[in-house]
Amino acid sequence: MAAPTKALRTDEMVLSMGPQHPSTHGVLRLELKTDGEVVEEAIPHIGYLHRNFEKHAESLPYFQIIPYTDRMDYIAAMNNELGFVLAVEKLLELGGKPIEIPEKAQYIRVVVCEMNRIASHLIAFGTYGMDIGALTPFLYAFRDREAILGLFEDICGARLLYNYIRFGGVSRDLTPDFHHKLRRFLSKFEKNIDTYNTLLTNNKIFLERTKGVAVVSVDKAIQYGWTGPNLRGSGMKWDLRKDEPYSIYDRFDFEIPVGETGDCWDRYKVRMDEMRESVRIVRQALDQMEEKGLLDDPNYAAKVSAKLRPPVGEVYYRTETPRGDLGFYIQSDGTNVPSRIKVRSPCFTALSAMRELSRGLLVADIIAIIGSIDIVMGEIDR
Amino acid sequence: MTAEEIKNVLSGRLGEEAVLELLESDADGEAVYDPPQIVVEAARIAEAALICRDDEALRFDSLMSLGAVDNGESLTVLYHLHSMTHRHKIALRADIPRAEPSVPTVEAVWKTANWHEREAGELMGIAFEGHSDMRPLLLPEDWEGHPLRKDYVVQDYYKGMKVPY
Repeated sequence: MAAPTKALRTDEMVLSMGPQHPSTHGVLRLELKTDGEVVEEAIPHIGYLHRNFEKHAESLPYFQIIPYTDRMDYIAAMNNELGFVLAVEKLLELGGKPIEIPEKAQYIRVVVCEMNRIASHLIAFGTYGMDIGALTPFLYAFRDREAILGLFEDICGARLLYNYIRFGGVSRDLTPDFHHKLRRFLSKFEKNIDTYNTLLTNNKIFLERTKGVAVVSVDKAIQYGWTGPNLRGSGMKWDLRKDEPYSIYDRFDFEIPVGETGDCWDRYKVRMDEMRESVRIVRQALDQMEEKGLLDDPNYAAKVSAKLRPPVGEVYYRTETPRGDLGFYIQSDGTNVPSRIKVRSPCFTALSAMRELSRGLLVADIIAIIGSIDIVMGEIDR
Repeated sequence: MTAEEIKNVLSGRLGEEAVLELLESDADGEAVYDPPQIVVEAARIAEAALICRDDEALRFDSLMSLGAVDNGESLTVLYHLHSMTHRHKIALRADIPRAEPSVPTVEAVWKTANWHEREAGELMGIAFEGHSDMRPLLLPEDWEGHPLRKDYVVQDYYKGMKVPY
């Protein structure tokens, strides 16, 4: 065979990764411009799941919008609901018509949100391993996530899209044996995290694939509007649960794990450590509920009129979901239907940095980046 | 810093004529603005943004959200800012006429604005002057109209095909 001559064509090649691809976590198409194995640029094409939540919301009464928020980030639906509900409650409070939320409801909200955070991070952990070629962690992660979904099914009947958190409280009371089941799960799960760290976190192949890949500095992360575990992976101690405490997060004692260099592994590790902190928060919430005698308290929701009319005004409110700051801008004209809702999605801003991050990396690294920023397309496209 | 102080810093550096008004919540709760909004002359929004980011006292290094609103006779672009350094918040507001919906881009100030502006551009029909890449982001490239406008009518046909509803 003749040796390649200098006249061999070396133009860039454009590759389409997706829209359906096992590593894209939803329907995402990446247009890769490659020079051999090296990626010159990866341009994300999004919108395949676009349903225009914002337009739908303009024709629905406030309480009917909650189920739609479930369908944005369907991996962490509880956290989405809480973000929206708190934004509306904030609007009511500022307008001088606050809803008095029962203590029990406050605690239930925190418990389900932290449980959902664990479930979401388990998916991030499991699928990240799978993207990179380790199938086993995925099965372990789903075993534990299954237990959480079972508990959610007990309290609200749904496993994925709950419509559980409502204005003034939650839709149903906890089942009588819920806290026993939950405590059993927590003690089992805490040990499992160590297993996961042995399986994947400190696995040599995994380290080789993720350490030092796609390093993001704090400044760049903030420029791109990165929040949540992605920003913390770069070393910035920033968590709305601590920095702008909402709901009753100021009553709990927990740490904010941060990364050191801002590479893919750091972003991943932050999530692994956060699961432990969530376990701590849930335990404290259960303890405090017991101390205050709230477990037998039948008062889990305040009475709120179905024709909820927030005052005229505009509010922007954000909460910490498993993926970062989820912001709701709500403009109310005083009727029971909002006149404009805008959602600021943490995955949307995370993915917008893809083009710059991907320059000069290998094709295999692209998959490592997508897994490490933990995106859900339902929330990006809305 | 309070909203009033932020407004004073901004009007001191940008010029009084460009900083039009400060919208804050009334004491009686009849109109609510959280965070408070500073109305800036639309043509000078990019300058205002740069001052907000770089001024030592302001340091709004993070653009939380950029969204467009249809207010009937005019369109509005809102820039929700937060300072990681000083931990304060404000919103900049640019009101633009419906007939000529155009505003300078702030993409060079905060990189995250790139996608937010693309989204606002296609869904609300706003031209961001100087933006590097205004291809549609969420909608198909041949989509007609801007869905988030209040007067948007859902098409009966898409490329000659009847759309079922």
